[in-house]
Amino acid sequence: MEEVPQGCPGTGSAQAGRGASCQGCPNQRLCASGAGAAPDPAIEEIKEKLKTVKHKILVLSGKGGVGKSTFSAHLAHGLAEDENTQVALLDIDICGPSIPKMMGLEGEQFLEDNLGVMSVGFLLSSPDDAVIWRGPKKNGMIKQFLRDVDWGEVDYLIVDTPPGTSDEHLSAVQYLSAAHVDGAVIITTPQEVSLQDVRKEISFCHKVKLPIIGVVENMSVFVCPKCKKESQIFPPTTGGAEVLCQDLKIPLLGKVPLDPHIGKSCDKGQSFLIDAPDSPAALAYRGIIQKIQEFCGLHQPKEEHLISS
Amino acid sequence: MEAAAEAGNLAGVQHIILVLSGKGGVGKSTISTELALALRHAGKKVGILDVDLCGPSIPRMLRAQGRAVHQCDGGWVPVYVDQEQSICLMSVGFLLENPDEAVVWRGPKKNALIKQFVSDVAWGQLDYLVVDTPPGTSDEHMATVDALRPYGPLGALVVTTPQAVSVGDVRRELTFCRKTGLRVLGVVENMSGFVCPHCAECTSVFSRGGGEELASHAGVPFLGSVPLDPELTKSLEEGRDFIREFPESPAFPALLSIAQKVLTEAPARVP
Repeated sequence: MEEVPQGCPGTGSAQAGRGASCQGCPNQRLCASGAGAAPDPAIEEIKEKLKTVKHKILVLSGKGGVGKSTFSAHLAHGLAEDENTQVALLDIDICGPSIPKMMGLEGEQFLEDNLGVMSVGFLLSSPDDAVIWRGPKKNGMIKQFLRDVDWGEVDYLIVDTPPGTSDEHLSAVQYLSAAHVDGAVIITTPQEVSLQDVRKEISFCHKVKLPIIGVVENMSVFVCPKCKKESQIFPPTTGGAEVLCQDLKIPLLGKVPLDPHIGKSCDKGQSFLIDAPDSPAALAYRGIIQKIQEFCGLHQPKEEHLISS
Repeated sequence: MEAAAEAGNLAGVQHIILVLSGKGGVGKSTISTELALALRHAGKKVGILDVDLCGPSIPRMLRAQGRAVHQCDGGWVPVYVDQEQSICLMSVGFLLENPDEAVVWRGPKKNALIKQFVSDVAWGQLDYLVVDTPPGTSDEHMATVDALRPYGPLGALVVTTPQAVSVGDVRRELTFCRKTGLRVLGVVENMSGFVCPHCAECTSVFSRGGGEELASHAGVPFLGSVPLDPELTKSLEEGRDFIREFPESPAFPALLSIAQKVLTEAPARVP
């Protein structure tokens, strides 16, 4: 594996670009120039810009299609139901920006007075436009979103991410490193193929010292609208999120059943919490949102003296 | 136009198919695996290249997790998942010491490994090489298409689920295919509906109709709708051969139709 430096000294190290294992690495010249060692000034700029943002939550999952954007959208809706709570939702899924559609937005940034949204989706002129960008360009966009958007006084900034553990995630964590991030909510579905990616995401969080608020298990159980009997479409062959959370000693924030109305609400750009407020799924979401608020309330940043509402 | 492909590790591969989707979690790895199994049942020798470096799902789906990768003169030897050596597989999953370890790489490092997977794996004689990709239109996809271009891929299967939020992303993937000159063999709509095992009522769990509309809008063939079947999910979790074990499943006809399309597709030009 000589082209993929296992012995990579790290971009910030004195050996960056100079080590034997750097030969052939595409970043060698950049590292050798010392560019990797100097901290990006944007990090401090972002820290200043986000001083007016009380709580920052990342929504992550190693796995695609488990409901990160759905959850982020409904977390935003749920928090914004209190008109005194200012909520911002930032979609950093550059290739697959789902948030505009889910929020029913066609370019406007503000859904309600107290709920603002930003996404690369707003910058694309056609629904067929593909964002075919390599890592560095995606990173630049994320930096811009964090540094150049005027977020104002915000109680909760929710950052929706693409699946994986790559450029977008590293950049988000790096650029937010000086601004206090409350933590990450990790989304999964019950089956092992999801859990195996989620374990990697948890390992990523530990690596970059991102606190984990907890795990949400989506698509837990399906209730047939006709006969009301339950089925497991995505069987928890290895115990689902419950066992994973026990094993890794991470809170399980809740389990959301698979309700066909959720997908329909998202397709229409509406809040499922409003469309079906008494459904088991809506109740599950609300329980999870409350736990997240409690976590954020308990973990206030030390330098700010906030009176909890 | 392109330089003729050198007699290298892909010289013995007859047809290359990419499985793409703009959207995550729609079933790319599932479709890749079932396609490989169906092609095997049609008597073909199949390789699977899993270029999802962050979320390599295929080893588990073929009960090959934890297997070691060996070197030979030509490079890495792909892992054979069966005794008859009719399906072989290369995935970053085999190169990780700890399966829970995250591959936290930026673009350039991912590109480098993908190039190696394409040129330094001794694939040998294969009828088909199925390339499973992660969601998106970024480094992995560009690296894969660039590395494979000299070998004239047969084309791409594009996977979606019915709802608008998936179709929205997959439209962009179709643009990617157009821009990179990758032929689209067709659109597959996965997770089309769920038949309740208690009362047989079919529910559109993830909305309906999006896949067919998308194919029609993009002017590409629609290859079929694969319904949700928990037996399919379980088979993949346990690394079993769904095509052999569940021919009665509602998912079976659509999966077979996808394989048929691939088997009968003629190359646009001789690679």
